[in-house]
Amino acid sequence: MEKTMKIFNRALLTIMAFVIVTPDAFAGEAEEKGLAISVESKKRDLGWQDSQAEMEMILKNQHGETSTRQMRIKSMEQQNDGDKSLTVFESPNDVKGTAFLSFSHPTADDEQWLYLPALKRVKRISSRNKTGSFMGSEFSFEDLTSFEIEKYDYKYIKDETINGLDSFVVENYPKDKYSGYKRRVVWLDKDEYRIQKIDFYDRKNTLLKTLTMNDYQQYVDKFWRASTLEMVNHQSGKSTVLTWKNYVFQSGLNEKDFNKNALKRAR
Amino acid sequence: MNKLINLTAATLIAIGVLPYAQANEFEVRGNIELQGRFFTEDALFPDQKDSYISIAAEPEFFWSWNDGNDTFEFVPFARVDQYDSERTHSDIRELSWVHVGDDWESRIGIRREFWGVTEFSHLVDIINQQDFVEDIDNEDRLGQPMINLSLVNDWGIVDLFVLPGFREQTFPAVDGRPGFPFVDIDNPIYESSDKDEHVDLAVRWAHSVGDFDLGLSVFKGTSRLPLYLPAPGAITLPVQLVPYYRQITQLGFEMQATVGDTLWKLEVINNQNNVENYSALQGGFEHTLYGVFDSNADLGWLMEYGWDERGSDLSSFNQNDLFFGSRLAVNDVDSTELLFGFGYDLDFDSTSVIIEGSKRFGDSVKVSLDVRLFSADDLSDPLYLFSQDDQVQLSAQYFY
Repeated sequence: MEKTMKIFNRALLTIMAFVIVTPDAFAGEAEEKGLAISVESKKRDLGWQDSQAEMEMILKNQHGETSTRQMRIKSMEQQNDGDKSLTVFESPNDVKGTAFLSFSHPTADDEQWLYLPALKRVKRISSRNKTGSFMGSEFSFEDLTSFEIEKYDYKYIKDETINGLDSFVVENYPKDKYSGYKRRVVWLDKDEYRIQKIDFYDRKNTLLKTLTMNDYQQYVDKFWRASTLEMVNHQSGKSTVLTWKNYVFQSGLNEKDFNKNALKRAR
Repeated sequence: MNKLINLTAATLIAIGVLPYAQANEFEVRGNIELQGRFFTEDALFPDQKDSYISIAAEPEFFWSWNDGNDTFEFVPFARVDQYDSERTHSDIRELSWVHVGDDWESRIGIRREFWGVTEFSHLVDIINQQDFVEDIDNEDRLGQPMINLSLVNDWGIVDLFVLPGFREQTFPAVDGRPGFPFVDIDNPIYESSDKDEHVDLAVRWAHSVGDFDLGLSVFKGTSRLPLYLPAPGAITLPVQLVPYYRQITQLGFEMQATVGDTLWKLEVINNQNNVENYSALQGGFEHTLYGVFDSNADLGWLMEYGWDERGSDLSSFNQNDLFFGSRLAVNDVDSTELLFGFGYDLDFDSTSVIIEGSKRFGDSVKVSLDVRLFSADDLSDPLYLFSQDDQVQLSAQYFY
C-alpha cells in the first residue's frame, strides 16, 4: 500500500511538473490540469498538525426564520490518511454534551462514534449517510468531511475572476457511489489555492446548492481558513451560514484526544 | 449503603471545594420535566390510579481544572409523583472526580457506566442498578459508587472497577403503576453476609478493529437483577415475595459489525451463581435507509431476537422473544423523531408495543409522546403484570 502510494505520489509530482513547466502544451489535458490544481491546493494545506475551533451555524428557512447550532471541534491531521476529529455540541440545549468522533479515510468508509450523554452510551454509527443533513442544516455530512484527493476525479474548466481574485474553475466528480452529487464546480484563487466558491449539482445534474467562502484568515503564517461559509439551497430556498471562531493551531493534540475515553469525557 | 453514599458524597464534595476555588471552568446545565401518564385500562391492582402527574429535575454541575485533565461532576436527580410515594424519589446520578493521565484515566465516585450494543434489551450492561420506577425500559439507572481505572492500549481500552456498595432496584409503591404490590420491597434478602455492602469487582476490555467493535467483560458480585422468594414466615395470603440478590459471576461478550448502512449486533452473557447457572443472548441488526421519501429523513429498520437458557420460568422477560422496530429521523430543524417497537414472545404469545415520538420547540423545550401497549393472557408470563397497563405518556422537558 505504502509503495503504491509512493508511486502514486511520484506520478502526481511528474504530472504537476509538466503542468507547471509547460502549461500550454497540456492545455487540452483538462483532467490533468484539474488534478494538479487540486493536488497543489491540498499540498499547501498539509502540515497543520492539529486545530481547535468553535463553530456556529445559523439555519434559515424559506420564511426567514432562524435557528442556531453551536459546537466545538478538535481535529488532527494523519499521515497518509484522513483526519481525526471530535465534535461536541453545545446548542440546542437538549443535545448539549452530545459528542461525535470521526476517523475519516480517503477511500474506505469513515469510522464514526456518537456519545449520548443521557444514556452514557457510546454508539458506533454508520458513515454511509453522506447525503443527509448535518443537524438540520443545508450542509450534508459529505460537505463537512476532510477533502482528500482520492475522493474525486478532476477536470479544469476555465479561468474566471471571483471575489475580485483571478481563479481556476475545476470540476470534481465524486468517486463514491453514495455521494449526493454528480459534480461539484470549484473556484480556487490562483494566489493561494483557496476555495472561493462551490456549486453542487445533484445526481440529476441540476444545480442544488452554492457554497461561498469568505473572510479568509491565515494561521501560523501558512494555513488559510474561511471564517464565514454560506450555503444556499437553490431548490428549497433554505440557507445556512456557518462561522468559525477562536481557531487554535498546533496546540499539541495527540491520539489520546481522539479515542473513546476522550469521546466519553467530551462536553 | 446510605452511609457509604453519604461518605462518598462528603469526600467528593470536599475534593470538589478545591476545584471550585481554582476551576478554570465551571458550568451548569440540566433539565426540568413535567410528565403525565395516562392509563387506558382498568387497573390490575385495587390501589392503582388511572393518571399520574409528576415533575422531575436533573441539574448538572461541572468543574474542570488543570487544563481539563481534572474534572468534577455532580448530577443529582429528583422526581415528585402525584400518588406513587416510591416514584417520588431522588438519586445522585453522578458525583465523581476524573483525572486524565497519559494513557490512563481514573474515575472515582458515583457514576453511571453503560456497556452493550443492542437496543431492545441490555444483557451485558451490569455496573448500575436500574431505576425501575423511572421507566420499565431499563434506560434509567441509579448512580453506583466506584473506583474505575481505565487503561488505554494499542490493543484496546481496559477498564478495572472496584464497586463498593450495592443499590437495590427501585420498585413502585402499592398505588404505583405498573405495580408489584405483592413484593415486600423493604426487606430484601442477600446471599452475601455483607448484604448491600459487598464489594463487587469488574473488568472490561473494549476495542475497535476495522468494522468491528468488540467488548469482553467479567463481573463478580451482587446481581443487579433480583430473584423473588416467598417472604420468610409469611402466613397471610396473598403470599408476599421478597427480592433476593444472589452473588454471581457474569461473563459478557458484545460485538457490533458496522457494514455499510447495516449494524449487526450481538450480546451474550454467561451467569454463574448458586441457584441456576444460565446463558442468554440478544442479537440482531439495524439497517438504515438515508434520504427516504425524497427528503432528508432517515428510516431505520431493526430486528432482534432474545433468548434465555432458563426458558419460560418467570426469570426473564426475553427468554424467546422477537423484536421489530422502525426509527424515523426527519432531520428537520426541530429534530422530529418517531420510534416504533414491537415485541413478540414466542413462548407465551404475548405482545408489547412502544411508540415514541419527540420534537423540539424553540431552542430549549422538547416534547415527547410515548405510547405503550401490552397484551398478555398467560398468568405465568412475566408480562402479564403489565397486561392492564396500556399507557400514554406525555412529557415536556425544558433544557438549560
